Amino acid sequence: MQTNFFRKIIFDEKSRSLLIQTLVIGLFALFIYLITQQTAYNLEKRGISSGFDFLHISAGYDISIRLIPFTSEDTHLRAYFVGLLNTLMIAVCGCFLATIIGFLVGIIRLSSNWLFRNIAYVYVEFTRNVPVLVQIILYYSILLNLPKIKQAIVIFDNFYLTNRGFFSPSPIFKDGFSIVAWSLVIAIIFTFFLKRFFKKKQEETGKQYPTFMINSAIIIFTPIIFYYIMGMPLEFDSPVLKGFNFKGGMVIRPEFLGMLFGLSIYTAAFISETVRSGIISVSKGQREASQALGLKSNFIMRLIIIPQALRVIIPPLTSQYLNLTKNSSLGIAIGYADLVHGFGGISLNQTGRAIEIMMMVMLTYLTISLTISFFMNLYNKSVQFKGNA
Amino acid sequence: MTKIKSLFISLVLTLGVSTAIAGSHGSTHDLVKERGKLMCGSNTGLAGFGAPNDAGVWEGIDVDVCRAVAAAVFGDASKVEYVPTTSKVRFTVLQSGEIDMLSRNTTWTLSRDVDLGLEFVGVNYYDGQGFMVNKSLGVSSAMELDGASVCIQVGTTTEMNLADFFKANDMSYESVPVETNSEADAAYTAGRCDVYTTDASGLYASRAGYPDPSAHVVLPEIVSKEPLGPAVRHGDSEWADIVRWSLNAMIIGEELGITSANVDEMKSSKNPEVLRLLGVDAGYGAMLGLSDDWAYNILSQVGNYSESFEKHIGPNTPINIQRGLNALYKDGGILYAPPFR
Repeated sequence: MQTNFFRKIIFDEKSRSLLIQTLVIGLFALFIYLITQQTAYNLEKRGISSGFDFLHISAGYDISIRLIPFTSEDTHLRAYFVGLLNTLMIAVCGCFLATIIGFLVGIIRLSSNWLFRNIAYVYVEFTRNVPVLVQIILYYSILLNLPKIKQAIVIFDNFYLTNRGFFSPSPIFKDGFSIVAWSLVIAIIFTFFLKRFFKKKQEETGKQYPTFMINSAIIIFTPIIFYYIMGMPLEFDSPVLKGFNFKGGMVIRPEFLGMLFGLSIYTAAFISETVRSGIISVSKGQREASQALGLKSNFIMRLIIIPQALRVIIPPLTSQYLNLTKNSSLGIAIGYADLVHGFGGISLNQTGRAIEIMMMVMLTYLTISLTISFFMNLYNKSVQFKGNA
Repeated sequence: MTKIKSLFISLVLTLGVSTAIAGSHGSTHDLVKERGKLMCGSNTGLAGFGAPNDAGVWEGIDVDVCRAVAAAVFGDASKVEYVPTTSKVRFTVLQSGEIDMLSRNTTWTLSRDVDLGLEFVGVNYYDGQGFMVNKSLGVSSAMELDGASVCIQVGTTTEMNLADFFKANDMSYESVPVETNSEADAAYTAGRCDVYTTDASGLYASRAGYPDPSAHVVLPEIVSKEPLGPAVRHGDSEWADIVRWSLNAMIIGEELGITSANVDEMKSSKNPEVLRLLGVDAGYGAMLGLSDDWAYNILSQVGNYSESFEKHIGPNTPINIQRGLNALYKDGGILYAPPFR
């Protein structure tokens, strides 16, 4: 019985691989366990406190770039959320801008115009071969050399460009504005159904309708009409130079702009290459066949080429979005108050809880990245070939 | 059945390996002697306190504390390797054992002393947080700073003092966080912020490096207590004693009028405290585990506190700081070392 058991382990492939796998997992678990134990032991030995109690004591510092109110009396936990929102803000804005620039440049690189094609080529080769940190610092330095606050560049009377940011009037919503907002929502939903209606009509009769024009008009004019009906329930608070700074209005800080330009211009270069390869991957025959059918060139691009190119574009595009999001942690270099800078930097220093805070920051980035992957994978599925093609 | 058995066997195997790996740390003093040089955490560059000079040699009053410890341990003040640390990593670098001591204009606070596992061994500069503005703004008091943009180095006690000061006086401000002193200088001179706040000593040091130092004024308000001093890891009291008394030796040296120039003559002094300090009366070095001439080495190679102060940050240097609080208790300051006996 005993010998039989050992024989089985050594000579039976299934049992053997099972044994090896459990061994590997066991060793790995032991490794993690030992590291954790050793760290806890070392921390205790050096008299360094640990734990998550610090999250509920007041942070004691201020953050000026923030989406939710924050004062120095708020807790470190709230500082975490302020940082998280700033990270998400730069990630979302950056991905959006990078996608637009990337698609444009990718298409221009395939253009038949020699000048445009080569300008795009130089842009791509330059930006993707210079480290993104260097670019961020470059754009930030340029922004810092804008005029000082007292010599602000005035645009349309109420907009000011200075090295402390771009100041603009902020909207004040008065009674009745919600109706205007709702009218816009309803208009958008209405155009959605209208589009389906026109499409059905087109399938039945073959007649084409200027869907895009009609829908745009509905979306633009509905809220405007309601705006006047409700008696213009919107006012603007313009920034005014008072003392050291502008009072009132809204401001976009140079730290944010530096990050936005740095991240999106850098990532757009990679996206443009992805887009180019996606378009090239669609076989020449597709284009020739659609030309033979007499489709207009803009229809060929929109209806034939792009949908097929997207299959190739989406997976690498996802990884570019992930890169951009992770690179947003470079905000620390220019003082953009993201998760790593505020919570992972200042809070860490005030409380000394390096391990706890870094674990939280890591888990947060992991969650953000996995969420992006999840939705991009969903989208990827929706653009793949349907059926058994 | 097989599954459970194989799992059991693998568990036994893995648990067998799990003997505790106890980290064995010798005393810092032994480690330093073995290595043959002192690893000293310094600023990344703060003129007068800790910065490399034109020849690449580190200089400053914080650096002199490192040199004093090296003189005490090795009899050679030059046996120091300086590890530049930012305000953010300085404690981690010390905790992890990468450096033996930290002498880097660091404020002694309760939480750092207790919670971070550090031990502050003394104060080599009594400082306080101040504000610097451009003269053209016409500001003469920190109470007039409502609405200003303030440049501030992150990871310091300064940002908390700043928040408290503006809150207490019901004023608003925009904080512009920067990572290092030089970045703060760049942002301040570019006009990204109206005010630069840090320890007053740091403001003087920064100002000395600006193209036109006279265009900037340090406001009279000092909004905090910032006792700056060297720190070591908690739990090695012998090493802490060596660093503490190396600094004290410099202060006592000034008190007794011993300078690097007259230290040899003073060996034949009549004053018993001088004789004890310079090791003519033997026995005090051994208490610290050092040679009897340890303090003699400090005073002959580094000099006393006053020499260090005047050489690096005194009124005859570009930094131009008066002794003020940092004068000896006999001269109206609060600098005071326990007696050498």
